[in-house]
Amino acid sequence: MKHIRNFCIIAHIDHGKSTLADRLLESTKTVSDRNMQAQVLDNMDLERERGITIKSHAIQMVHMHEGQQYVFNLIDTPGHVDFSYEVSRSIAACEGALLLVDATQGIQAQTISNLYLAIEHNLEIIPIVNKIDMDGAMIEEVKDQIVDLIGCKHESIIEASGKTGLGVPDIFRAIIERIPSPSGDTEAPLQALIFDSVFNSYRGVIAYFRVFNGVMKKGDWVKFVNTGNSYEADEVGVLKMDLDPRPELRAGDVGYIITGIKQSKEIKVGDTITLRSNPCEKAIEGFVDVKPMVFAGLYPIENEDYEDLRDSLEKLQLNDASLVFEPETSLALGFGFRCGFLGLLHLEIVQERLDREYEMPVITTVPNVSYVAYKRNGEKLNIHNPSDFPDPAALERVDEPYIRAQIITSPEFVGAIMKLCMDRRGTLLNQVYLTPTRVELSFDLPLAEIVFDFYDKLKSLSRGYASFDYELIDYRSGDLVKLDILLNGEKVDALSALIHRNNAEDFGRRLCKKLRELVPRQQFVIAIQAAIGAKIVARETISAMRKDVTAKCYGGDISRKRKLLEKQKKGKKRMRQIGSVEVPQQAFLAVLKMNE
Amino acid sequence: MREAELRRDFFGAHSGSSPAHGSPPTPITSLYLGGGTPSVLTPPQWEQLFEALYRLFPIASDAEVTLEANPDDLDADRLAALRQTPVNRLSIGIQSFRDQDLSWMNRAHNTAQARTCLDLAAAAGFRHVNADLIYGSPGLDDAAWMANLQQLFTANPDHISAYALTVETGTALAHFVRQGKSPNTDDEQASRQFQQMEVAMAEAGYVHYEISNFCRPGAFARHNTSYWTGEPYLGLGPAAHSFIGNHRSWNVSHNIKYVTQIEAGLLPSESEQLSPADQLNESLMTGLRTTWGVDLEALQVRFGERAFAAVASLAQPWLDGGQLALRDGHWFLTASGRFFADRIASDLFLVEEDAALVEMGSEGAAKPVLNMERTRFWECKG
Repeated sequence: MKHIRNFCIIAHIDHGKSTLADRLLESTKTVSDRNMQAQVLDNMDLERERGITIKSHAIQMVHMHEGQQYVFNLIDTPGHVDFSYEVSRSIAACEGALLLVDATQGIQAQTISNLYLAIEHNLEIIPIVNKIDMDGAMIEEVKDQIVDLIGCKHESIIEASGKTGLGVPDIFRAIIERIPSPSGDTEAPLQALIFDSVFNSYRGVIAYFRVFNGVMKKGDWVKFVNTGNSYEADEVGVLKMDLDPRPELRAGDVGYIITGIKQSKEIKVGDTITLRSNPCEKAIEGFVDVKPMVFAGLYPIENEDYEDLRDSLEKLQLNDASLVFEPETSLALGFGFRCGFLGLLHLEIVQERLDREYEMPVITTVPNVSYVAYKRNGEKLNIHNPSDFPDPAALERVDEPYIRAQIITSPEFVGAIMKLCMDRRGTLLNQVYLTPTRVELSFDLPLAEIVFDFYDKLKSLSRGYASFDYELIDYRSGDLVKLDILLNGEKVDALSALIHRNNAEDFGRRLCKKLRELVPRQQFVIAIQAAIGAKIVARETISAMRKDVTAKCYGGDISRKRKLLEKQKKGKKRMRQIGSVEVPQQAFLAVLKMNE
Repeated sequence: MREAELRRDFFGAHSGSSPAHGSPPTPITSLYLGGGTPSVLTPPQWEQLFEALYRLFPIASDAEVTLEANPDDLDADRLAALRQTPVNRLSIGIQSFRDQDLSWMNRAHNTAQARTCLDLAAAAGFRHVNADLIYGSPGLDDAAWMANLQQLFTANPDHISAYALTVETGTALAHFVRQGKSPNTDDEQASRQFQQMEVAMAEAGYVHYEISNFCRPGAFARHNTSYWTGEPYLGLGPAAHSFIGNHRSWNVSHNIKYVTQIEAGLLPSESEQLSPADQLNESLMTGLRTTWGVDLEALQVRFGERAFAAVASLAQPWLDGGQLALRDGHWFLTASGRFFADRIASDLFLVEEDAALVEMGSEGAAKPVLNMERTRFWECKG
């Protein structure tokens, strides 16, 4: 145990985490040159493209130092606020953290919140200034920021470049000398923390864990404390580039277990593994059954693909336990599923994975957060779908989720950011100068207000110099109304939205305008209206089409024309009929495109 | 000429009755000579051209031989020379009788030439003349459009093609419209002028037989109608299209590439085989553009019951809406449907998985879906 080091890397997106990890893997010969491909750890295409880690990963390296062999377990954490719970569990599995800061960018909000998590868990922090060889590197300034933030010594900050490998030996030395070896009692009952799980189509669900106390052997009957389920450990081992089976794992080790579980729902991140025959007294603290916060309807493009969509969602869920879904029906879109996501990025990821991995493009309805409605008769409803919103007359009050947001930016953008947050019904809690050029703002904001375009707005008004992080705090009552969209008097349920009364009119106007661009002209006039109850708050009109005919249709025109009309027909087949109005699928995404 | 030689067996070879096998091929009933020719060719060249065509192909003695020409190509001398050739029909790109329209359209001729060429053609003895007009163009108000039509009626051509101005993508006009240098076409105006034209044409005694075509009773353009009835045709020259059975081919449009290939004895053409669904869709598209409509029985026999049932259910909303009508076993576009011919045809198309519903009937039982011998529905009242 003395020669084990368990650590993670805390870094903002694009600050070079994956590249640095690649250097560590190379230097320890964990991965052969032949298998080296940029950013080994981000092994989903989507992760490489977006430059973010979606799933946690873990990898074991063996490093020789002064004649002694050390085992390093690097636990890579997801890099987005949607996955902050997973991050907290990964951090809880470590004794140390490399704090990686881009010398050209400085510390970002995301980094700070994860850093605080690491400090809360008593992790030893090794600060590293990365990308020091880049033009525009502000090495001293960034070091000052780090010193201010964690109160470390200036000299303890390592200068590095993941690109050239500069500083890597210093990082190895720091890992060995500064990060404590794991403590734990191999004689005590087994106590291991699950920090992630993946689905493998041949092996079933593979859970990643860190042993705190005791020993786990192949063939043991293990018990998952929070779910209460027991399984036989078919295989245990450590994570190299591939799974590396071992007869047993002991306190301090990081590894995997395969039990024949087929559904990742059965394994909860944060759960504790113990032995059925000799259970530990209590579970490891911090377990939360994560609930989805953002909901949207997902519908197949072709109605007949409904069952295929269900299969695809089920397969996705094997690997993504935080995705939930249940069938729903829309008058406009037919049969589909109401899905719950951790956040908007999670929604986008699910949408993209459906499209790429399962060739199942979908129509997504207006995303909404989850509300709690209290009716006058005392009934309490969890609202995941605007269509479930009770009649206003029967409504006592509605509560909506609030978040606490941290925004770090430079002082020149404070005014614009305050205005943005106030416009989004935010309350300023605190304003702190971290350094003369960096301000941290804290706000309480309704989650619904950041679901759509908040982050994009923030980025554009700060020219990219603002970072954003949040945590869910509570539910508070709000004056929420249901805004409906009508096409020639027919309600389009898939476009209904729950929204604060003060914003409803403006939102309705913008949505009608966008729909006017997205719905093609037809033989008759189309009225697009936004309504709250019976009251129309916005209207746009699409004039009737007067002509749809080719002037010439002779020998040379026929083929080209036929192909053009066939293409139109294919497009039309994918349109949805609302009353007499034909609505193309992209119109259902209008809300997401309102700012384009 | 070279291409004509390379393709001399076109009609025979494909129908399986090449001259070598004894049975004579069906004679060609129409020839169409495209734009620009009259001002380019000299009388001896004309003679050479027709000598070759008549030598290489079996051309019927009463074939319709149309020459496309612009008003500025046609003076008395040229017309007199043309009368000596087999050309018996002229198609003249009048477009408008107003200088402002002609200069906007970049035409080489002026109003005076537009007026006189029709008289000159008649004087030279051409009894069959088509005049092209354009409506829906910027600056052409309804009164000016009616005046253009009335002016044309006084010259009394036996055929009129009237086209709504279309901004084709990739053209200079499309570019100007995009840049805002030219106004875009106004569909409202085009639709109104189309309706005015239908009334005026009927009053002047012209039969409306295709979206953009009108004629004196019986004076249908034989050549153009053959495109819609599915008869074989052979196009010679760059970009020309040919069609026989279910096979369509087209020459490259690049002049130099075309010439180089032909010189090398090669046919510079690409082709496609029309699938059963393609043939069905084309029949609907072309048939609905005409006064003869679509013969439902022929449709069923040629493409099968299941395909017909599918198309019929797609047609129902348009029948209910009154844009499409059913009479004597035919579908045809009503006055309110004509200006939406593309939309309606496209709606009736069978594509993707529905294409599999088409089952071709035996060739012997098949008859054209468009039958020119039948009723002209657009003239029916009520």
